[in-house]
Amino acid sequence: MREIVIISGKGGTGKTSITASFAYLGGKDVIVADCDVDAADMHLLMQPDLAGSKDFYSGLLAEINQAKCIKCGKCSQVCRWDAIPVIDNRYVVQPLDCEGCGYCALVCPRDAISMNEQNVGKWFLSNVKTGTKMVHAKLEIGAENSGKLVAKVKNEAKILAEKDGKVIVIVDGSPGIGCPVVSSLSGASYVVLVTEPSVSGIHDLKRVYELVKKFGIKAGCIINKADINSDKTKEIHKFLKEEKLELINEIPYDENFTKAMTMGKTIVEFDNGNIKQILEDSWKIIREV
Amino acid sequence: MKIAIASGKGGTGKTTVSTNLTSLIAESNNVVLTDLDVEEPNSGLFISGKTLHEEDKFKMIPEWKKDECILCGSCRKVCNFNAVMKLGEMIMVFPELCHGCYACSELCPTKSLPMIPKKMGELKHYKSGNLDFVESKLIIGEEQAVPLIKQTIDYVDENFQKNIIKIFDAPPGTFCPVIEATKDADLILLVTEPTPFGLHDLILAIDTMKELKKEMVVIINRFGIGDANVEKYCEEHDIPIIAEIPNMRKIAEIYSEGNLIYTRIPEVRTQLENIISFISKYQQENVL
Repeated sequence: MREIVIISGKGGTGKTSITASFAYLGGKDVIVADCDVDAADMHLLMQPDLAGSKDFYSGLLAEINQAKCIKCGKCSQVCRWDAIPVIDNRYVVQPLDCEGCGYCALVCPRDAISMNEQNVGKWFLSNVKTGTKMVHAKLEIGAENSGKLVAKVKNEAKILAEKDGKVIVIVDGSPGIGCPVVSSLSGASYVVLVTEPSVSGIHDLKRVYELVKKFGIKAGCIINKADINSDKTKEIHKFLKEEKLELINEIPYDENFTKAMTMGKTIVEFDNGNIKQILEDSWKIIREV
Repeated sequence: MKIAIASGKGGTGKTTVSTNLTSLIAESNNVVLTDLDVEEPNSGLFISGKTLHEEDKFKMIPEWKKDECILCGSCRKVCNFNAVMKLGEMIMVFPELCHGCYACSELCPTKSLPMIPKKMGELKHYKSGNLDFVESKLIIGEEQAVPLIKQTIDYVDENFQKNIIKIFDAPPGTFCPVIEATKDADLILLVTEPTPFGLHDLILAIDTMKELKKEMVVIINRFGIGDANVEKYCEEHDIPIIAEIPNMRKIAEIYSEGNLIYTRIPEVRTQLENIISFISKYQQENVL
């Protein structure tokens, strides 16, 4: 079983639209995992039925038992996040600031602070329109640990793939280079980098590829909106050559991506011409890697 | 006055709005632009200026001193992030897992885990006319953006007066880095695009900002593409739309070169002027 992770560094390069197209083309042979948990959008194109849902617990939050508290202020003093201010003459934990380190609970002389696991969201195991299953998640507002939720989603997708005898897990990764992306990359067999020929697209591609290199994972690149700036596209070619990275394909700027999206469709369901052909060719390459 | 530019979905035009908006403000007033998307900072690609200041930014992590250590293992027990391990007769620290809470260090009976600085990123401060530009870049492999975002905001607080307009380009998403980047802001500008993805992630961002009790307004980028559901949602939820930047291939082309857009496309300048007049009115009404 292989795990193909699609990432982009920069947002808005078309990563999710392209990932959903591969999920569509992969059909019953693949399991789909939406690991862009901060802004999970793939369900808008895959129409999951939310058949199975489970609570996700992660991260600790300090809670002060006011009946036991003697207001010594030690908790507040040791907190590096200033998460325990005095409000109305009481020490009160600010949930959005609490990092869950538990130092306050350790120094409390009256054992008045407990560290409790938080129900930070839900993860779903859904049937989707392509006749397969998709693992996805929704975090509560302000919840932390999206990295852990990414790991959970990926892990459940792998278990499912093994159980159902599927050969490929397609993962929609997160933007950036921080903890959710690190979680998305860990254990990947192949990484598809979706970029665009702009100064920021190239800048972010280079940074995220540095991260991919640290993991030693084989990667290829898709240049979306390739005809927006031919000089920048050439610059990407040069970079790919230097890094010995495979250029999987180039996709021209096309507003049909948006039109398909407004109808809840992947671009390969909507477009019958050039774009569909390019994505089919790309999927063949990726599938065979 | 502090204004954060956020979006939920990535690639909706946060950087386009923040760089063009601050450059236009700087034609007549002092303004500070800070790029808090420390994982992938892009604003600097559109603004050139003279470097005023550069510094490395550090987070504090424990370092094991074996001489006095009695291998009691209390450091391992107090760490909620598994960043300190006891392996045989050795204590190992995993810096990328450490959140810097100091518990292991300060609770160590023999003071064998002093906190030492570890570089996590770089801050740069440029000046171009009336525009001060501050950006921080996270070292690749470093997983936690929040401490660097916090230190970058601290730098801006220390170096600029309160009444100067400060624009913060926030990271995408709705979780910890975004909360850190927006929690001090007086006003949030949410940049979205009129598409199902744009709307879905805009709603997440709106709900997050409501949780933080923030005032917010919406800017629609690529206006004219997609559908009318973003406008409908904003109207139903009483969130003002203060600008609509048109969908034009030409804008994408100018952006791709790293150039400012409002100097070449008058419609964009008009929309930015709408944002500026909204900001001035808001600043006066709220005495910021």
